[in-house]
Amino acid sequence: MTTLVIAEHNNAELIASTLNTVAAAKAIGGDIDVLVAGEGCQAVADAAAKIEGVSKVLLADNAAYAHQLPENMGLLIAELGKNYSHILASASTNGKNYMPRVAALLDVDQISEISAVEGADTFVRPIYAGNAMATVQSSASIKVITVRSTGFDPVAAEGGSASVENVSSAQDAGVSSFVGEELAKSDRPELAGAKIVISGGRGMQNGENFEMLYKLADKIGAAVGASRAAVDAGFVPNDMQVGQTGKIVAPNLYVAVGISGAIQHLAGMKDSKVIVAINKDEEAPIFQVADYGLVGDLFELIPELESKI
Amino acid sequence: MKVLVAVKRVVDYNVKVRVKADNTGVDLANVKMSMNPFCEIAVEEAVRLKEKGVATEIVAVSVGPTAAQEQLRTALALGCDRAILVESSEELNSLAIAKLLKAVVDKEQPQLVILGKQAIDSDNNQTGQMLAALSGYAQGTFASEVAVDGERVKVTREIDGGLQTVDLKLPAIVTTDLRLNEPRYASLPNIMKAKKKPLETVKPDDLGVSTSSTIKTLKVESPAARKGGIKVKSVDELVDKLKNEAKVI
Repeated sequence: MTTLVIAEHNNAELIASTLNTVAAAKAIGGDIDVLVAGEGCQAVADAAAKIEGVSKVLLADNAAYAHQLPENMGLLIAELGKNYSHILASASTNGKNYMPRVAALLDVDQISEISAVEGADTFVRPIYAGNAMATVQSSASIKVITVRSTGFDPVAAEGGSASVENVSSAQDAGVSSFVGEELAKSDRPELAGAKIVISGGRGMQNGENFEMLYKLADKIGAAVGASRAAVDAGFVPNDMQVGQTGKIVAPNLYVAVGISGAIQHLAGMKDSKVIVAINKDEEAPIFQVADYGLVGDLFELIPELESKI
Repeated sequence: MKVLVAVKRVVDYNVKVRVKADNTGVDLANVKMSMNPFCEIAVEEAVRLKEKGVATEIVAVSVGPTAAQEQLRTALALGCDRAILVESSEELNSLAIAKLLKAVVDKEQPQLVILGKQAIDSDNNQTGQMLAALSGYAQGTFASEVAVDGERVKVTREIDGGLQTVDLKLPAIVTTDLRLNEPRYASLPNIMKAKKKPLETVKPDDLGVSTSSTIKTLKVESPAARKGGIKVKSVDELVDKLKNEAKVI
């Protein structure tokens, strides 16, 4: 039994969620290989070789994989994956994009966003926006799985000494090409992996008011998130959205500011260790999940909090 | 060009679902059902493509129980031209649905297939990608912008770090993200007209597709409930609690 973990990276560095995915592979048991597919990504392969518990790193360095286009990644992973019992990727937008393609090419069902491993063929995953947890058993010959990072504590990034093996295969389906991207730039910690997250909702009223949250976040080393209402109103870019359709976070501390707490938002943050809600409406559903609630005007409370923390 | 739109009947997004006492699933008896919100966005996008003169015919398809006809009628009222129901009373996995849709794609030969990025019940986010793989088509998932240009389509996608644009050769598969558009409401005259539009029903067997699955749901449980918290009176008290009680800052 050997698991193939698909590394999440940006061609320059390994993204931390890969460590959570390796942790899920470890919970399954057996050997763990990591596939690094990209262009000019030797450094990523070297980093992957150092991950604790990894036996082998496969490096597919080719222009066809530069932007991880699913048409090409699907063919590559399905070809390499035939020799494995499990294929795992992080449930990032990349993993969600190419893994179902891999599963269909291998003619097996895929299991999405597992949050726990109960055995080599049994997994737990949230359904209905996290309002129910399903335990599923798979009899597929190859188990194709995406992993919810917040369900697994990351393995150590150092301590391993795996060999790096080059994969010569270059799969180019020739039906798609990369045009460009617009990435949001931020010095704050990455949302999905941050220890503290401060999120703003419609109650923030406009984009300028988010400055208050940024100041507070910078003071305590937090990432800043948002509800869908704040994104739709154009206060902040969509990659800051926390929820069923945005990012899933489970930080030590989640501070929800001016967020009512709709089912879809709770789906993205209710596994946080401690939840604080600041809202002027004391009936807001967010108070039902908050460990500490503070009722009042956020425009007075946030600056006060920032000065006292 | 012909556009195929896949829609799913799911529990309405505002419903707080309850897990059945015997842990076999979620209680769906007497619960309000609707079209999956991401599918509404898919229908809207197809209708807009028709209004722009890009699409000539829109076919709505659903895989589900007889009652899914309601959602297909809704799609027809919103502007789809005809509908196909692949009728199956079982709850099917994404791969089976993708295979059924592939059979419909083979028959209808659409240039563009639009699906929602995920259904809000199973939260799988798989079907569009699987359909793309089975047909060998390119895919533009989590689309927030779709621009058809001759034999190609440019899709702007929502990715973890921001936005990415890809260029796909038609025929292609697109799955919608919430920000792609704001779906319209069906007007009463359109709802009446939709009743006269053609709705064809087929069975998985007619399409020659086996819907067997390798996944078995052993149990469905409620997630661990959070214990009720407290309301603090002041910022000082909050800071004190976070520092000394919760020890998170």
